[in-house]
Amino acid sequence: MYAVDFDYYRAGSLADAQKLLGDHPGAKLLAGGHSLIPLMKLRLAAPPAVVDIGRVAELRGVTLSGAAVRIGALTTHTELAASADLGRAAPALAETAAQLGDPTVRNRGTIGGNIAHADPASDLPTVLVALDARINVVGPSGHRTIDAAKFFTGLMTTSLEENEIVTSIDVPVAQPGRGSAYVKFSHPASRYAVIGAAAAITLSGGTCSSVSVAIGGLVAHARRLPSVERALTDQAPSESVVAKAAAAVAADLGRDVSGDIFASAEYRTAVAPVYVKRALLAAAARASAR
Amino acid sequence: MKLPVTITINGRAYQREIEPRLLLVHFLRDMAGLTGTKIGCDTSQCGACTVLLDGVAMKSCTCLAAQADGASITTIEGLSADGQLAPIQEAFWAKHGLQCGFCTPGMVLATRALLETTPQPTPEQIRHALEGNMCRCTGYQNIVRSVQHAANMMGGRP
Repeated sequence: MYAVDFDYYRAGSLADAQKLLGDHPGAKLLAGGHSLIPLMKLRLAAPPAVVDIGRVAELRGVTLSGAAVRIGALTTHTELAASADLGRAAPALAETAAQLGDPTVRNRGTIGGNIAHADPASDLPTVLVALDARINVVGPSGHRTIDAAKFFTGLMTTSLEENEIVTSIDVPVAQPGRGSAYVKFSHPASRYAVIGAAAAITLSGGTCSSVSVAIGGLVAHARRLPSVERALTDQAPSESVVAKAAAAVAADLGRDVSGDIFASAEYRTAVAPVYVKRALLAAAARASAR
Repeated sequence: MKLPVTITINGRAYQREIEPRLLLVHFLRDMAGLTGTKIGCDTSQCGACTVLLDGVAMKSCTCLAAQADGASITTIEGLSADGQLAPIQEAFWAKHGLQCGFCTPGMVLATRALLETTPQPTPEQIRHALEGNMCRCTGYQNIVRSVQHAANMMGGRP
């Protein structure tokens, strides 16, 4: 399959990438290519120009700085999975990266490309939303930081403005007493998330002093589940309490669930509490072990 | 737009003028004439097009040739020297790790990448390493045995 013809420009630096985007209206950024190239081959996307930022070294790597770990937008899933700093600071994120796609996909796909693409069935957005990650971007009007929960706004749609570039993602370092986990119901062929649930819980004195939980796969974009969070906050996370809290997912999802030929909306809605419960229990078990 | 690129394949530099939309797999097959690399699904799922780019296993159907400008690629043709099968190829042959053979170049290169980092993999590690490579003939049992045999033949050396 061939993409519609386009012009190709390679950026040597972030500043160069910004200039190239400005000079070529409608240009798309190319990082690892594992979201954009398939779309272009299917001709679902046909940009007149592509700006390849794959070699911009300043956008790559994981660095630990105080209360947050900063992940460069061009960091591959393989690098995320292998990062000892990320494994300690946000184990749920490192584990999620380790099971994403397959090894060859993880070797090329990047976290920045993944979130800018905003596939509803992708795993990383759900985890980033649950972990209160912040997305750093730069554009024609300067730098800004977007909360992950406000970054994803619709089906393959983000709050990135025209010609803004994701530069890095900041993830808070997990403090003692905090545990996080991601569980998913994978499509048996594609391994994309039919339902993905991520949770982070802080335990103090045996009760949940802070709960954040996000869901993806069955809705247009990853989102928090405030009713579930409220139902579990200040409670001891026993299995029955967690199950009851997870049942509140129905109130948060409402009628927003979408279905497909593999799993109907009704089915996904019925199964969602199971995965939310599993994510919460796994996060709570880790929180009590830290 | 025409782009001049230089891609080194199995140690030999290929300088060509390409269209930006040319995929790496087409560069290998059509411009360098190295048809050992196969196109299966063409949607980055089956792994038949797996090659090494600067030593890293990747799907050449999901990479523009322009992205590989200046890179060093290893394809199945680059493994055997002087008509002698490389140990991994020998092992796939000895343990019947193929039937039709269409997936084999990708399997062999994914195996090569695995054994570089994990010279003595467990069966589970082998299965995870080959998750991105589909075989519709063998059912994978003999492929896992082939990889184990290759690791043994190579004596734990990458």
